Formats: sequence, structure tokens, C-alpha cells
Amino acid sequence: MDQLLTTNAAQLGAAIGAGTTSSEEVTRAHLDRVEAVDDTVNAFLHVAGDEAIAQARAVDAKIAAGEKLGPLAGVPLALKDILTWTKAPTTCASRILEGWIPPYDSGVTERLLAADIVILGKTNLDEFAMGSSTENSAYGPTRNPWATDRIPGGSGGGSAAALVAFEAPLSIGTDTGGSIRQPASVTGTVGIKPTYGGVSRYGLVSLASSLDQAGPCARSVLDAALLHEVIAGHDHRDSTSIDQAVPAVVDAARNGDVSGMKIGVVRELGGEGYNPGVQQRFDEAVALLTRLGAEVVEVSCPNFDHALAAYYLIQPSETSSNLAKFDAMRFGLRIGDDGTHSAEKVMAMTRGAGFGREVKRRIILGTYALSSGYYDAYYGTAQKIRTLITADFTAAFEQCDVLVSPTTPTTAFRIGERVNDPVAMYKADLCTIPSSMAGNAAASFPIGLAPEDGLPVGLQVMAPPMADDRLYRVGAAVEAALAEQWGGPLWQQITPLTTEGAQA
Amino acid sequence: MSEPVLDYDQVLANFDPVLGLEVHVELNTASKMFCGCATGFGAEPNTQVCPVCLGLPGSLPVVNQTAVESAMRIGLALNCSIAAYSRFARKNYFYPDQPKNYQISQYDEPIAYDGYADVDVDGEVFRVEIERAHMEEDTGKSLHVGGATGRIHGASHSLLDYNRAGVPLIEIVTKPIVGAGEKAPQIARAYVAMLRDLLRALGVSDVRMEQGSLRCDANVSLMPKGSTTFGTRTETKNVNSLRSVERAIRYEMTRHAAVLTSGGSIVQETRHWHEDTGITTSGRSKEEAEDYRYFPEPDLAPVTPAAAWVEQLRATLPEPPAEKRKRLQAEWGYSDPEMRDVISVGAVEVIEETIAAGCGAQAARKWWLGELGRRASEQGVDLAEVGMTPAQVAQLQGLVEAKLVNDKLARQVIDGVLAGEGEPKEVVDARGLAVVSDDGALTAAVDEAIAANPEVAEKIRGGKVQAAGALIGQVMKAMRGQADAGRVREIILERLS
Repeated sequence: MDQLLTTNAAQLGAAIGAGTTSSEEVTRAHLDRVEAVDDTVNAFLHVAGDEAIAQARAVDAKIAAGEKLGPLAGVPLALKDILTWTKAPTTCASRILEGWIPPYDSGVTERLLAADIVILGKTNLDEFAMGSSTENSAYGPTRNPWATDRIPGGSGGGSAAALVAFEAPLSIGTDTGGSIRQPASVTGTVGIKPTYGGVSRYGLVSLASSLDQAGPCARSVLDAALLHEVIAGHDHRDSTSIDQAVPAVVDAARNGDVSGMKIGVVRELGGEGYNPGVQQRFDEAVALLTRLGAEVVEVSCPNFDHALAAYYLIQPSETSSNLAKFDAMRFGLRIGDDGTHSAEKVMAMTRGAGFGREVKRRIILGTYALSSGYYDAYYGTAQKIRTLITADFTAAFEQCDVLVSPTTPTTAFRIGERVNDPVAMYKADLCTIPSSMAGNAAASFPIGLAPEDGLPVGLQVMAPPMADDRLYRVGAAVEAALAEQWGGPLWQQITPLTTEGAQA
Repeated sequence: MSEPVLDYDQVLANFDPVLGLEVHVELNTASKMFCGCATGFGAEPNTQVCPVCLGLPGSLPVVNQTAVESAMRIGLALNCSIAAYSRFARKNYFYPDQPKNYQISQYDEPIAYDGYADVDVDGEVFRVEIERAHMEEDTGKSLHVGGATGRIHGASHSLLDYNRAGVPLIEIVTKPIVGAGEKAPQIARAYVAMLRDLLRALGVSDVRMEQGSLRCDANVSLMPKGSTTFGTRTETKNVNSLRSVERAIRYEMTRHAAVLTSGGSIVQETRHWHEDTGITTSGRSKEEAEDYRYFPEPDLAPVTPAAAWVEQLRATLPEPPAEKRKRLQAEWGYSDPEMRDVISVGAVEVIEETIAAGCGAQAARKWWLGELGRRASEQGVDLAEVGMTPAQVAQLQGLVEAKLVNDKLARQVIDGVLAGEGEPKEVVDARGLAVVSDDGALTAAVDEAIAANPEVAEKIRGGKVQAAGALIGQVMKAMRGQADAGRVREIILERLS
């Protein structure tokens, strides 16, 4: 495999800036790799090859002209297909948006382009980001490069899989209940959910407005931090965007030091229901943090036990309203417009044909939860639980700098294994949902392979709102210690896909 | 399709009306409620739109600060409390002219609540309690093509214009208006008229009912005399003039009474008012109405105005219209009937501006209620849109007082101004309308008239001064009206003294 494909983004950016390679060369190498392996992986829904080459050449020209560019200038990236970009369709992996080319760039897209990052294309996801396996994509599931009969997590399975299929060194994910962190965990990559409001939601097609947050995905902690710094910051077009300085995430990633840090292990997130291999690697990671000088204590967050149930009322409620705009009137799919059906009927026929089963399930669930007579019992109660979860975090963060848990109770499960059991599927997000509900920062870092199946396990780190830098301190410390132990990063242990798409 | 109605006196003999008025006001902000698009009325369809007001995937709303200020000022002017914590909410329903299929509105946490306004009906003051004033966005417009009525029923297809989608609206809701008795329809009309004047004075809306920038929905119910339990109400929409407010309520009262008297019961429903026939017809029934599934808008932060900001806005409130009228009446020296006429034709503002431009109070009233009032009603427009500005009226009065034109010529000056020929002075010059003030020419004309009417001249010489009128008429005719009759009279008396 071309060495450019396994080089981290920070080094690629430095090499491009120094002129030892060009953005075009790096971009072509990745496009070739996508061409070679994506029939198997299906990480991409749309590859914008010509546009990427044009972008890369423009960056090379700037460098040739002596312009001083950012640390990731010229580095290719894969964008989750739920963020708008005018150069490619935005489908949200749904039939209802098939071929829709948005007339505007998302806030994240704008910042990527302003940082001279080259966008290769749009990555696969569960339809409208609803799912934990990418099996709910209308365009087929993404496969986990660690084992192609396994799911890559979801909803951002495409963005995570692309990293360890070496199709891109960087990607953007979005996390509503764990859609960055759970895929990172099961693919052995780094995924960060910034503090809610830390990254603009403008141009991120809403799943649940109060929970959605875009964030960086990468193979290394420093790469994630560099990307975090690019996309974060206030955007006046998003009223929930926080108007404060971005936490010093790059400094934290460069100085991974946990000595003196107080780290809380959440009692409610572990034990029964967790795979032994997951629990084992997590316990080892906790022991490692102690060895590195952190003070580890156990904390209790009793309301986390209700987080999953409350999430599956709030998220579908907001979704039922957010997805109402997909009505065939102004954009996207239109079914039944043959002059014999009323507008109302065309809306119904289009939504019936255009949305998949999981999307419909959640629209129905949310519509019910918001209905007159049920609102207080469902949506109202769920909001109270949300407040209690936030209070649990506040109390825990009075004792600890960060909290830790396994990112997800199991390693990557098999494709098809949970498609007919939605609750089993939802449980993949058991550990990630509390931080989504409270809006604090959280991340998943690779901590090894589970002994029983040889699949990656992730460590979830949770930090108070706008203390995203603490995630990177912990992540960088763990990453450095484990790399020393393993003789390199975890992804070196992957059996690379051959160009024929088979596991070599 | 006309339904039976009961005689109005009989209605009042047996029932007490209860009203509830919901007024929607389109604000005149330069941009929309949640995006930067322009709000001008009458632009080419779908030219004032963007991803946000079209509800495109990924777009997000941002609150228009000026609209929030306007909402707070309206609330304060209606003696409301301003909420320290107020939230937007989504009202969910599917309709093609509603881009997101939810409307961003306010539900249980409105910006302003618990106020009142006093209205004057025939010199009697009636207090209308205000429940709330809240912010929301307008919908787009559907144009149903191919049907006979312009309604969706029978149309072959519909066109959608989203220019209006997202225009800021304030909805002002009264508490139930009870105890109004026979004056209920008049009180409703006076309330809407008061709101129109107040909103205009606040400068927050164009308040053009005919363009839909002020829209009234009237809830009407009847309860048997002596009862305190409200009856079933109907909500009449599309009531787009002050006169219609009064007529529609009166009609609904007589219709309800007929139903109730014949042992029937009122269906809780929306009614459509028909200006031409003066009746309402049934719209959709509220029983099968949608569940709007309101919930707090997660894309927007709560509105939490600081007390200092509220007080700052309170200081910008204009004088309340009722107090202002009392003050102006005293300043202008109008009698009660004169002032009532001025108010009823909506001439307070134009007269005020005319006087400010240097015209006398009585003269200003004479022009606006006389010649210009007549022309405005001929054209079917408000006085402010008749085509002559208060400054031009003041200038015209100046010409009259300087005896450059007389009343008859002044009407021709108005013709000229309305025809776009320029300022009154320019019209006088261009049309050669100035009265002849050259005594030589006038004396010659007088002498001619005396020579032609020796017997009249003889009477005047004999002391019958009032006979001069006949000679004045002759002279004015000879001068084709362009003479000052007073001066002509003086010259006649000089020549015959």
C-alpha cells in the first residue's frame, strides 16, 4: 500500500507545505485507493474526484506562490453526507433526497475549504443519521475494514470506515446519540463529539436539533485536534452556536499528560451486559491512566440508567418535526405528481416511498410522543430526565476533571445481526447518549482489540462543556502509552484490504 | 347557502355575546423574522427567498432583533407584562405554503402577556383585556388556479409564492370580551381601529388591512341572558376591513341566535366571511382539527430581555392614541362632533402634519374632510394615499390666504397636483390659475358690467349694497373665475360711491 495512505494528516500537511509531496499527489493516491477498495467497503456515497483534484491543484498553486497555509492544507478529507456542499449531492443516505444538490455550503464545509482541506466526497451513513450500524442507509451498508462481515458502527460508519480503509486520513462525522463515538470505537479510530454549540450546525441536516453536533474523525489524536480547530468556532447563522474561544485542543493533543488529573469511572456504564473483552480492555486503560499519574475514582450517575429511554423520546420527537419539510414541494423526490393526486396525497406518497423503515419508525414514535394528551407523560418526562442527567454530570465534574467508560458495550457486531431488533440496536449507544443529552464534550479513543474476537475497543472520555481540550489530553496520553506498548498505533494491526477488496 | 338569522334586537333580548379577537400584525421590518430576506409587498413571486425561509435541509433560523423589539414595544403599548423568559415553539402541520411544515410561533411562553386597552364607542370607554401578544412567522401564499372561486376546491393546480414565508407577525389575542351587549360589534371594530392607530403610531407595521398586514379573526359565542357559562364559539376568518369586523360579528351573533333559538347547537368551527354577500360560511370543523404538537423550538435560544432593555423600550413609546386625540382636539379647537368626524375618516395624522406645515386647524380640517375626503372615497383609498401631501395642502391654503387663488381655482390646483403636475404653486403657474390682481384689468371689467347693467348700478348708488352680487357675478364670469371676489366688490363700491 502506498505510504501516503498510511501517513497521518499532520505529517501529510507538513510534507505538502514543505513541498516534499503535493496535494495533488496525495489526493490522487486516496482517490485511487477509493477506486480500489470502496466497492467492498462502501464508505462513500459520492466521490467528487474532479473537484478534489481541482481543489488540490489550487492548494499546490498557493504553496508554489509562497502563501503560508494552515497545517492541514492540501490534506484530503471525507465529509459525512448530511452536511451540505454545493459540489456534490447531499442525500443523508435517503431516497427522498436522491440527487439533491444543495445551493449552499454548510458552516463546517466553509471552514474546511477556508483551511484548504481537500474534500474527496461524501460518506455513507444510516438514513438521516438514524442507526448504529450504517445498515439503514438506502444505498447499502458500509463494511468494517477490520472484518468485512461486521458493521462499522453508525450512523457515521462511512466516515469511520474510510479512515481504516485508508481512503482518507480525515473525516467529518456528526453525533446525535453516539454517531461519531460508537463508529470510532468499533473501527479503532479517534472520534470527537465537541461540546454542543462548539461547531456550527448550519448546513447540517437536522436529525434532532438539540443533540446534533458535527466533529472530527481521524486515525490519531493530533489529527483530530487539528481538524477540530479548523471546524470549531462561533457561527451567527446557528443560534445554538457558542460565542466563545475554541478550547486549546491542539496544545492539549501535543502535550498529553494526565498526571494530577482526576478521572471518574462511571459506575452505571459497565459491568453486566458488556462484553468481557470490552470490559477487560477498559479496565486495562483505567489502570494505564493510574500508572500515568491520574487519580482514578468511581462516580455514580444514577440517572444515566434512564438516558436511553429518554433519548428515544426526545430524539424522535424533534426528528418527527425536523423531517416534516421533506414533502416533495420544493426539493427532492416527488411521487404521484401525475395530475390525478392532490398535494396532500403527493406528500404522503413521496414520504411513504422515500423514507426507510427506521426513519418511519422514529417519525411515528416522535409524533405520538408530542401528541396532545401524551406530551407531558412522554416528551415532558424525558426533558425532566435530561435535566437530571445534566445535574449528574455537574455533580460528577465537581469531583473529576473527566469521566470515562467503554464507548459501546460490545465490539462490532455482524451485519444483519440486529436489524430486526431495534432495541438491541439502540443499546449500542447506551454509553454515548448521556453526553449527548447533557451537551458536554466526549470522545472515543482506541484502546486495543478484544481478546475474544480481535475487534477494536474504544475508551469514552467525557469532559465538561467547553473543556474539550481535556479529552485530547487524556486521548494523547493513552495513545502514546499504548503505541509504545504495541510498537505503533492500533491500526497497524489491521489486515489491510487488498485492491481486490478481499481481506489479505 | 344562506343560513337563517334572528333579528338583532331579539338576539339581545335573549343572549349575551362573548367575543374573542385574534389580530395578526405583519411587522414592517426590513428583513424576515428568521433570515435576511427582504419583506416588501408585491415583489415577483419567489424572489425574496433563501435556504432558511424556503426551509431547505440544513438551514437554521436566527431571530430578527428588531422584530423582538417591535413585539416588546407592542406589548408595552398594550400595558402587557414582558416575559423575562420567553420561548419560541413549533406548531406542526402540513401545508404546501408552510415551507418546513411547522410554523415557528410561541405557545405557552409568549413575549408579552396580561395587558389591556381602552376603546371609545360613542363617548363611552370600554376596557378590552389582552391575553397575550406573541411572535411568529407568516406562511407563503397559495394561488389556486383553474377553479371558479380561487379556492382550492375545483382548482386544477396551485402555485406557491414563498416571498411572504417568514415575514414577522405579531399575534395579539384578547381575553374573552364579555358584557358588551348590543355594542359588541362596535367595540370589536373600535378595538381593531385602536390597534391600527396604535401600531401606526409605534411605527412597527404598515397596518394595511387590504394588503393583509393587519388581519383579524373574530371568535363569537352567545350565552343565554343571565348565564355565565360561555357558549360554543365559531372563529370567523378573512375579516379584512374595519367595517367587516363589525358586520361579521353582528352576522354571527344573529346566526348563532337563530340556531340556538330553534333548539340546535353551534358547531365549533372556522367560518369564512364574505364581504360581498355579508354572510359567513362554514370552513373546517375544529373537531377534526389537527393536533399541532407544539414543543419548544430547539433551533432557537430563549428570549430573555433584561429589565433595563424593557425600560429603554418603554421610554420609546409614543403618546397613547386616545390621549393624543384629547390633546390635539384641545389644541385645534375642534368641537366634539368635528373631532369625531376627523377620527372616523382617519384624518388625525394628515391634519396633524398639515397643521405642522403651517396650515390653520379649521382650514386643514376643511380640505381633508371636504375636497380631499371626497376624492379619496372616489378612488377608494386612504387619505394618506390620495396623492396630495399634507405639505402640499398647507401650501395650497397659503395661496388661498394670500388671495392668489380662490376656492374654485383651488379645486383646479388640486386636480393639477393629483395629475402629477407638481407642487400647488407650479400648478398655478403652469395652468395660469392665479386670480387677476391687476386693478386696471378689474376696473375695466367692472366698468363694463356697470355700463351693461345701469338699473343695478342705480340701486347700488341708492344704497342697496347687496345688489352688488349680480355685478360681481358678471365680473367673475368675464374674468373666467380668476379674480378675487372680495376685491371686485370693493372696486364696484368705489366706482358707484
